[in-house]
Amino acid sequence: MNTTAPQSAYFIDTQKQEINTHTLAVVAENQPGVLARIIGLFAGRGYNIDSLTVSETEHEKHVSRFTIVTSGTEKVVAQIKAQLDRMVLVHSVADLTVQGNFMARELAMVKVCGEGDKRVEALRLADAFRARVIDASTDSFVFELTGKPDKVDQFISLMVPLGLVEVARTGVAAISRGPEGMKG
Amino acid sequence: MAAAENEMMTGAEMVLRALADHGVKHVFGYPGGAVLPIYDEFFQQDKVKHILVRHEQGATHMAEGYARSTGKCGVALATSGPGATNCVTGLTDAMLDSIPMLLITGQVPTHLIGSDAFQECDTVGITRPCTKQNWLVKDVNDLSRILHEAFYVAMTGRPGPVVVDIPKDVQFATGKYVGPEGIIVKSYQPKTQPDDKAIAAAIALIAGAKKPLFYTGGGVINSGDKASTLLREFVALTGIPITSTLMGLGAYPASGPEWLGMLGMHGTYEANMAMHDCDVMINVGARFDDRITGRLDAFAPNSKKIHIDIDPSSINKVVRVAVPIIADVAAALEAMIALWKKNQNKLDQAALSAWKKQIASWQAVDCLKYRRNKDVIMPQYAVERLYELTKDMDTYITTEVGQHQMWAAQFYRFEKPNRWMTSGGLGTMGYGLPAAVGVQAAHPKSLVIDIAGDASVQMTMQEFSTAIQYKLPIKIFILNNQYMGMVRQWQQLLHGNRMSESYSEALPDFVKLAEAYGGVGFRCDKPDELDGMIKKMIASPHPVLFDCRVANLANCFPMIPSGKAHNEMLLGENVTDEQVGTAIDAKGKQLV
Repeated sequence: MNTTAPQSAYFIDTQKQEINTHTLAVVAENQPGVLARIIGLFAGRGYNIDSLTVSETEHEKHVSRFTIVTSGTEKVVAQIKAQLDRMVLVHSVADLTVQGNFMARELAMVKVCGEGDKRVEALRLADAFRARVIDASTDSFVFELTGKPDKVDQFISLMVPLGLVEVARTGVAAISRGPEGMKG
Repeated sequence: MAAAENEMMTGAEMVLRALADHGVKHVFGYPGGAVLPIYDEFFQQDKVKHILVRHEQGATHMAEGYARSTGKCGVALATSGPGATNCVTGLTDAMLDSIPMLLITGQVPTHLIGSDAFQECDTVGITRPCTKQNWLVKDVNDLSRILHEAFYVAMTGRPGPVVVDIPKDVQFATGKYVGPEGIIVKSYQPKTQPDDKAIAAAIALIAGAKKPLFYTGGGVINSGDKASTLLREFVALTGIPITSTLMGLGAYPASGPEWLGMLGMHGTYEANMAMHDCDVMINVGARFDDRITGRLDAFAPNSKKIHIDIDPSSINKVVRVAVPIIADVAAALEAMIALWKKNQNKLDQAALSAWKKQIASWQAVDCLKYRRNKDVIMPQYAVERLYELTKDMDTYITTEVGQHQMWAAQFYRFEKPNRWMTSGGLGTMGYGLPAAVGVQAAHPKSLVIDIAGDASVQMTMQEFSTAIQYKLPIKIFILNNQYMGMVRQWQQLLHGNRMSESYSEALPDFVKLAEAYGGVGFRCDKPDELDGMIKKMIASPHPVLFDCRVANLANCFPMIPSGKAHNEMLLGENVTDEQVGTAIDAKGKQLV
């Protein structure tokens, strides 16, 4: 018997288990308090939220879709899904990471302020990343960029030496590839 | 009933109408500014009886006791602000023990919400983590539907507490009432029927077992009488020994041939040893709570586990199982029995009898024995005598939380489900007295006894006044050792016998206290007078406080010290002071 293992009346998991990132899609009734209940679940049970986006996706049915990026051991992620799924106002939960083959995209607005070469370089990089200029003044740009989170991260880090002022990001929206739709 | 469809009425009328339509007979509540329109409706009808409590926490525990003893939904009513916040303990208690309860709260008028109005609080925000679902009703036309949904959510799937928060202007407003027929919550359709493959896998596993064991819990009780009947049938059919959690006592009769007693931290030696050594564990409606499992890495190390639970989030939460069955307990047991019979399964009888022989050797340890005393009432003796003198009566038992609760669980023997009301998950001191009031309201002719401790009972003592008002003859049987006994026991185990703040100084005279409320008080401190006094208590038609003076320093054994495994129990009679002092190591001390 392993004597260094947790000696606990409670479950204290000190064993090193691999922590993975999972992207979950959650379809729920768009009613007051649903967002609070979902966030409260994560806060109350000590789960991680790396990113959360939500919007009503079917206005007539008052149904919202959440995309939640979370991380944890397999056991914790399984609990997160089960806890979400048993909520009264949640229709269905899909683990896009486990299902595989999904797309995740994020929108960022990036304000860059600079003159001369830096300004030209910022514009050139924006073009390479297919970012659009959505506002410009004589010494600033606001770029709009859509892409995978790591692409957005990379663009932002490139803008830092070129006069990055401010960033707004939406968080990730995700959907599976192919003809299958999510139930609920 | 059909005439109710689309009838116009005020929000307050809708509340009473919905309660009546759901067959609610009793509501436990306390009035205040934000619920006055509802109270006005109570005054004008006689279908639903209102029981006025002394503190809203009492109302929630009464609703819990009512629900647990009847299988129906308990209903409580409170005003806004402090009325609502006083209910948080009862809601959390019901959440952890899966008790169906509807709490209706008043709220300040909608136009004042968010303005820090008098007696305003964010009730749905505060109660969100301690309810299965809650609603703030902003439009009177939504009210009747929400009330019906609330009953549905509270009662179906894994039961639990719900809150409907109704602003005062919505109570006054007039709107359409829709009846409860055909109400469904689209997003909430709990699975109750088991998967055939899972049932087949479970039966195959059981059929091949050499040392099988049933480990049952509160889910059997929640599922209803049928589940208990089926459980008894399955146990009789297979001859498999059975143990139960605190919450599941009564599902299988304590007089049954396969009964091993309760398991867990203060469970019996035979139950815990059998858990440790079993090869197939059949968990029926229990949730591998930490009071049950003890040290997890040494929990039933050689067993394959089957887990029946209606809540998918209970599966693999704490302990990984081989065969999960997500279903209502009764439905799962029915399918298992049918398949067992169809296959004409039979256990390996030689293995089973060897297993039972092994169990008999553990039973021979007689783990619940204690040193009797001629001069002082031992608390175990008090519960034993109470059991002997009430066992043939129509008896319901509630408890507070602490040593007395564990002694009650060990020494009172339950034959039927729904007869045992206790706060298991949350461990709420002060639960038992109001719960007894709720049970007595539901069963006015039955004998309802709260086995209490001197410290716990003072937390909700004011509800004795409620019992007096409604002539509910509850019996509060206080095992008075002048300590918060379980706190002291842990201080002895963990903190070098330094009894910090666990002595109950300045205890009231419980006999005078009973009389001051208008009830009856008894005191007993002699073992040879105990039977006579208990008989007097039973015979009294009034609410009784029974001050049973017991040995002050008795401790509750057997015990799995925290951080230890099932096969490392401390047994009662032979525990030395040194063993008590060193039972829990440094790591175990960090636990609760």
